[in-house]
Amino acid sequence: MSTMSPAPAEQKRGIRPAQSKMPQAPRAQRESPLARGGALIVMGVFTLYFLVPIWWLLVAASKNRSQFNTTNPLWFADFSLFENIGNLVAYRDGVYLKWLLNSALYAGGGAAIGTIIAGMCGYALAKYRFPGRELIFNVVLGGVLVPATALALPLFLIFSQISLTNTFWSVFLPSLVSPFGVYLARIYASASVPDELIEAARLDGAGEVRTFFTVSVRMMVPALVTVFLFQFVAIWNNFFLPLIMLRDETLFPVTLGLYAWNSQVNQIPVLRDYVLIGALLSIIPLIIIFLLLQRFWRNGLSAGSVK
Amino acid sequence: MRMKKRAVAVALLTAATVALTGCATSGSTGTDAAACAPSKGKVNLTFTTWIPGMEDTVAVWNKANPDVQVKVQTGPNGNGGTYQNFFNQLKAGNAPDLGQIEYDALPNFRVQDGLTDLAACDGVLAAKSDFVDWTWGQVNFGEDKSVYAIPQDAGPMAMFYRADLFKAHNIAIPTTWAEFATAAEKVRATGGYITNFSQSDINQFAGFVWQAGGKWFKSDGDKWTVDLTDPTTTKVAAYWQDLIDRDLVSTNPPWTDEWNNAYNSGSDWTWNSAAWGANSIASGAPDTAGKWAVAQSPQWKAGDKASGNWGGSSTAVFKGSKHPYEAAKFALWLNTSDEALTMLNKSANLYPAAKSGLDLPALKAGVPFYGDQAIYDEFAIASAQVSPDFVWGPTMTQTYNDVSDGFKAAVSGKGTLAEALKVGQANTIAAMSAQSIPVNK
Repeated sequence: MSTMSPAPAEQKRGIRPAQSKMPQAPRAQRESPLARGGALIVMGVFTLYFLVPIWWLLVAASKNRSQFNTTNPLWFADFSLFENIGNLVAYRDGVYLKWLLNSALYAGGGAAIGTIIAGMCGYALAKYRFPGRELIFNVVLGGVLVPATALALPLFLIFSQISLTNTFWSVFLPSLVSPFGVYLARIYASASVPDELIEAARLDGAGEVRTFFTVSVRMMVPALVTVFLFQFVAIWNNFFLPLIMLRDETLFPVTLGLYAWNSQVNQIPVLRDYVLIGALLSIIPLIIIFLLLQRFWRNGLSAGSVK
Repeated sequence: MRMKKRAVAVALLTAATVALTGCATSGSTGTDAAACAPSKGKVNLTFTTWIPGMEDTVAVWNKANPDVQVKVQTGPNGNGGTYQNFFNQLKAGNAPDLGQIEYDALPNFRVQDGLTDLAACDGVLAAKSDFVDWTWGQVNFGEDKSVYAIPQDAGPMAMFYRADLFKAHNIAIPTTWAEFATAAEKVRATGGYITNFSQSDINQFAGFVWQAGGKWFKSDGDKWTVDLTDPTTTKVAAYWQDLIDRDLVSTNPPWTDEWNNAYNSGSDWTWNSAAWGANSIASGAPDTAGKWAVAQSPQWKAGDKASGNWGGSSTAVFKGSKHPYEAAKFALWLNTSDEALTMLNKSANLYPAAKSGLDLPALKAGVPFYGDQAIYDEFAIASAQVSPDFVWGPTMTQTYNDVSDGFKAAVSGKGTLAEALKVGQANTIAAMSAQSIPVNK
């Protein structure tokens, strides 16, 4: 920290920042074993902190019920994971699979369409000049600050008026909206899509929509992937809105379904096993999505930082 | 700048909410409670419950009653969100026709005027004799001419105990609470605990108070009286406080791994619990299979015959249902027919509130986990001994939270159970006043 402090001070005094930074680079390298060791320890602790619960979940899900309470919680007993999964999938005619599918539809569909909407909206705010542009942007920015949970009840009352509660749409439609996505798309579009390029496309006779989808979208891919990921995770984990909106078990996302089961383990103990295994399975799609998309994401972050 | 925009957004939002709520309230109209006539044509009912497997039971009804089709909706248990959903739906005017409500939550719906009085519906008043007496008291709130729900299941309490351990150490099975305390000392001398005091689920303590004859709430029709600190409750609290102080009972939070482990390892010897608890032990302590038995709860006075109750729910018809006649008919079938009760007992371990349900074959058989004892015979006896006079208050969620906060502190040595109840008393009165529920201060 102390080695860093001179930089802003020098900048303030008007000394060229590029030069003042120069000597720091080698110094940082000299310190690297210690710094790197410290960083590794900190990261190691955090990794453990995040991974131990998942490890516990994996171990717990692989045990049968009698071993669950009686054996070491962090190590395997008889490995009956697949048998447990079989039981879970068979329970109540595979309602769990239906929940997984619902979650995939809500999160996948919601994130895909939501990303397109946020991308178009952010692009329009960045590249077109029209009256009220800043007002719209600021209202959207205000939307970032309002937690989704606070909107659930008003949404329920609105949807009640048009008899849409307890339908697929009551969870899907609110999921399409992502103020943060609009914000990110606008910032990114104004930084990464040159006006000259749009001008050139127009001169070549492309309409605005075509320009957006063929030219601008390509340059905004990293931002759009980020928006998609954020939105996907947010919808997948969204619990409160479905809790308030849905009554029909066949519409539940996996979060609500597991919560409903978990609320009854006192009286129906077998549900506890299903909740554990179900929770383990429900994080797999998120891991897959992250692994598939993280390449774009990393590129996107570094691209932004260079600019 | 940002703050200003945010304020604007919040203001807009609030305005929208207020406008909406206004619409919703004016839009919803309840049906007349006094009349209860059959509807013409085919009737579709919705029924929200969190009992797994209810669909299968309802399918039997739907098959036999093509003109009254019931659709099952579900969700988490009542306090887990379904009650809040009911209130939201009542506000929005789209509540289901029928809903599952636990006895301790019924008064809350009653004071919010969310329930249809079913007394005028065919066969409802006459059904009183079909149900165990005290369960009927839970659904009519002591008003002879009203019925606000049909009792579904009950949780009469008895004592699960490790027959093998008591025998091996030559300790008599306690039949009074005084004997229970003496036995607790002997059990502690062997290294175990006689039982576990539920620090976070106040329902167990409420069951003890219920058994002892305490009354926490009274309503004379106009005003509520809250009495969490009556002499009976104070006596029960002092009794358990003494056992806790002397380290004669364990205080694991219920349904946790420690709790299961304490029973599975044989460290805890008894559990004062409800009929539905039979499965909790069997699943939490699988290594002790065959070693358990069930006896009546210890009594405050030798020779008394009193039991408490822990849990149980009812099937209510909400305000706004257009078909109370059919809904009541379905609710009666669901909770009195042998067919439905057998299925619900099988899928969700429900212990029926209907008298005839206590004689179901499934509830007459010996249970291997309890050394083939016909344990439900004990619960049937207990059920008949539960006092019909115990009344729940209209803000139980809050009361439970306040008291359990105090209980958790008390078991770790900060404060006492009696003090926790005092705080619960004050906060309950405050909460009721805040909701404009008339209450004696």
